[in-house]
Amino acid sequence: MSCSCGSTCVDPKAQELQKVIEKYKNTKGAVIPVLHEAQEIYGYLPLQVQKTIAEGLDVSLAEIYGIVTFYTQFSIYPKGKYNIQLCLGTACYVKGAGQIYDRLKQELGLDKDGTTKDGLFSLESCRCIGACGLAPVMMINGEVYGRLVPDDIPGILQKYRDAE
Amino acid sequence: MFYRSHVLVCGGTGCTASQSNEIIKQFEKLLEDNNIENEVKVVKTGCFGLCEKGPIVVVYPEGATYSRVTPDDVKEIVSEHLVKGRIVKRLLLGEKEAEDVSKALEDVGFFKRQHRIALRNCGVINPENIEEYIAREGYLALGKVLTEMSPAQVIDIIKKSGLRGRGGGGFPTGLKWEFASKPQADQKYVCCNADEGDPGAFMDRSILEGDPHSVIEAMAIAGYAIGADKGFIYVRAEYPIAVTRLNIALKQAKEYGLLGRNIFGTDFSFDIEIRLGAGAFVCGEETALMTSVEGKRGEPRPRPPFPANKGLWQKPTILNNVETYANIPAIILNGPEWFSGIGTEKSKGTKVFAIGGKINNTGLVEIPMGTTLREVIYDIGGGIPNEKKFKAAQTGGPSGGCIPADKIDTPIDYDNLTELGSMMGSGGLIVMDEDNCMVDIAKFFLDFTVDESCGKCPPCRIGTKRMYEILEKITEGRGEDGDIEKLELLAKNIKASALCGLGQTAPNPILSTLRYFRDEYEAHIYEKRCPAGVCKALLRYVIDEDKCKGCSLCARKCPVNAISGELRKPYHIDQSICIKCGACMETCKFGAISKV
Repeated sequence: MSCSCGSTCVDPKAQELQKVIEKYKNTKGAVIPVLHEAQEIYGYLPLQVQKTIAEGLDVSLAEIYGIVTFYTQFSIYPKGKYNIQLCLGTACYVKGAGQIYDRLKQELGLDKDGTTKDGLFSLESCRCIGACGLAPVMMINGEVYGRLVPDDIPGILQKYRDAE
Repeated sequence: MFYRSHVLVCGGTGCTASQSNEIIKQFEKLLEDNNIENEVKVVKTGCFGLCEKGPIVVVYPEGATYSRVTPDDVKEIVSEHLVKGRIVKRLLLGEKEAEDVSKALEDVGFFKRQHRIALRNCGVINPENIEEYIAREGYLALGKVLTEMSPAQVIDIIKKSGLRGRGGGGFPTGLKWEFASKPQADQKYVCCNADEGDPGAFMDRSILEGDPHSVIEAMAIAGYAIGADKGFIYVRAEYPIAVTRLNIALKQAKEYGLLGRNIFGTDFSFDIEIRLGAGAFVCGEETALMTSVEGKRGEPRPRPPFPANKGLWQKPTILNNVETYANIPAIILNGPEWFSGIGTEKSKGTKVFAIGGKINNTGLVEIPMGTTLREVIYDIGGGIPNEKKFKAAQTGGPSGGCIPADKIDTPIDYDNLTELGSMMGSGGLIVMDEDNCMVDIAKFFLDFTVDESCGKCPPCRIGTKRMYEILEKITEGRGEDGDIEKLELLAKNIKASALCGLGQTAPNPILSTLRYFRDEYEAHIYEKRCPAGVCKALLRYVIDEDKCKGCSLCARKCPVNAISGELRKPYHIDQSICIKCGACMETCKFGAISKV
């Protein structure tokens, strides 16, 4: 994203994105790998980033937007500082992941997946993460919490709040 | 270098989530502290399959299997077992707590009845070291194929073996290869479907994490058979460990000249690229997967033309699943007769199942086709926890159906499962007990398909939504006469008219639960009752006046103050306030609160 200070400094993220685009420019079917890496850089895919990719790869912005909104991994909204991914795969579901989800929503004040007002947490229900032996499972920024019961939730969230 | 002991630590996703990397670090550090780092080797392997008891550590030559090891336990294993030679009995994986004898991994009930072909190297080798794969006859099959056989001979062997697609459909693999070998084209492709989307199935991930080279080798063999020099592995982005190990494996294979130009000095060249999925279940469907590799929205396209004629970028393409590929090198080396000698008449070989849900040994098992569900659940899976009653097993994920308790002795193979109204699918096997409501489970799967429908064809986009709404109505106590018939009609029409496999199979969970558990649907609709006590709108928590001691514990625990009463007199619950969270029932020390 460009800044408005008027000086000639460059945004390091934008530079990185340009490098990614250069790398994939001549690869067949490059859009999805580029979007993956762009999301790594920015954390999400704001419109400006989509525009840059569209220009760089010479595809229409509509096509890019269509792809971004088709795949659940891509997000056009920023995520919370701590991203909670709750597994709602079958193995977790039959072991009560639904109750964990309800409790998370209650504790975070959300009515469905989303980001809390203070931007601290985002909640995302996801498909099987493959740790079925630990069901029900959630991940917070990659850290796995397994064999959950609803009463575990307040304590776990508090740990992150305390870290602030 | 010679090592007197090998310590194998599981590095699969499940065990990594319970700190297996930390365990490895601890081992390495403590071995050094004891000056035995040159005598004992620590190996990070793929998944052993017994995820429930993870993290798993196996010490050879004794074959002592330690389960649920924590980083703190490592000190004891090193000082007792590795230094003094005394096995740490308290950590041993015993089948019963009382049993304290050391057992080789193969003798534990969980492993004893398995027959590992696709998983032959998982938990045995270090997947990040190509030489360990080569030492286990790796790339021997590719060498044999390239130097001794013609492409037609390779196809013939696969056809004779009777191998069928392990991704779900069960299409004969050899036939698929033969179709793709026929057309003349300047470019052909070999694709690997590692977009394991079926929730609860994780065998493909375990193979990629534990034995990535077996898939790479098989893809090269497939390339030779159909005349392709380029391969793509389409893998879920949700599997970071698998992606890392695949990348390492590809790099090593290229360095060793086992991929690239003129493999084994022949004029055959083959190269593989990885493409990451981005979280779309429909991309497990073959045409959608190819569209996604091309970098577009992963929407399926009508067949014909079939991928064998016009697949990736309109070129002849074969697409097989990870587990299918993992079988190929073993078939080439041992011969088709060996493989077809395992299994049942129409389903040859073995199948890997991911057993999960209400079962003691959650994990990954590979069994010969024809093993009964009872053996899988009770002999291998260790039965249902808390002595609950087995109700049904769900196979085939959102495209499959359930197998009820009275069919538990059916031998598992493609045709029997189809006959029961379920399907083999990719191998997810979710066990359910009496506490699971089958209408709720059907709703769960429909929620999944509604969410994952790509939206291209109306029967799937609109039809699944309508079915979901009816199920929602039923589980919320608003079901009415005629709903079941409406569901059946919708199901029939969606099956007949949806564009791809996702839509065509989406009604299966409903049809199958209706077939075996129609009475549960009827109880929801006509009696406004959920027999399993799951559907919140249909259940009430009540206090038994005779059992209640009036301790007030439940009233204090209730988050919405729905419980009131006088100390030492029976309390009662105000149903208009109750949110049915169940906290009171868990709290009551006298068992006075029940769900009705």
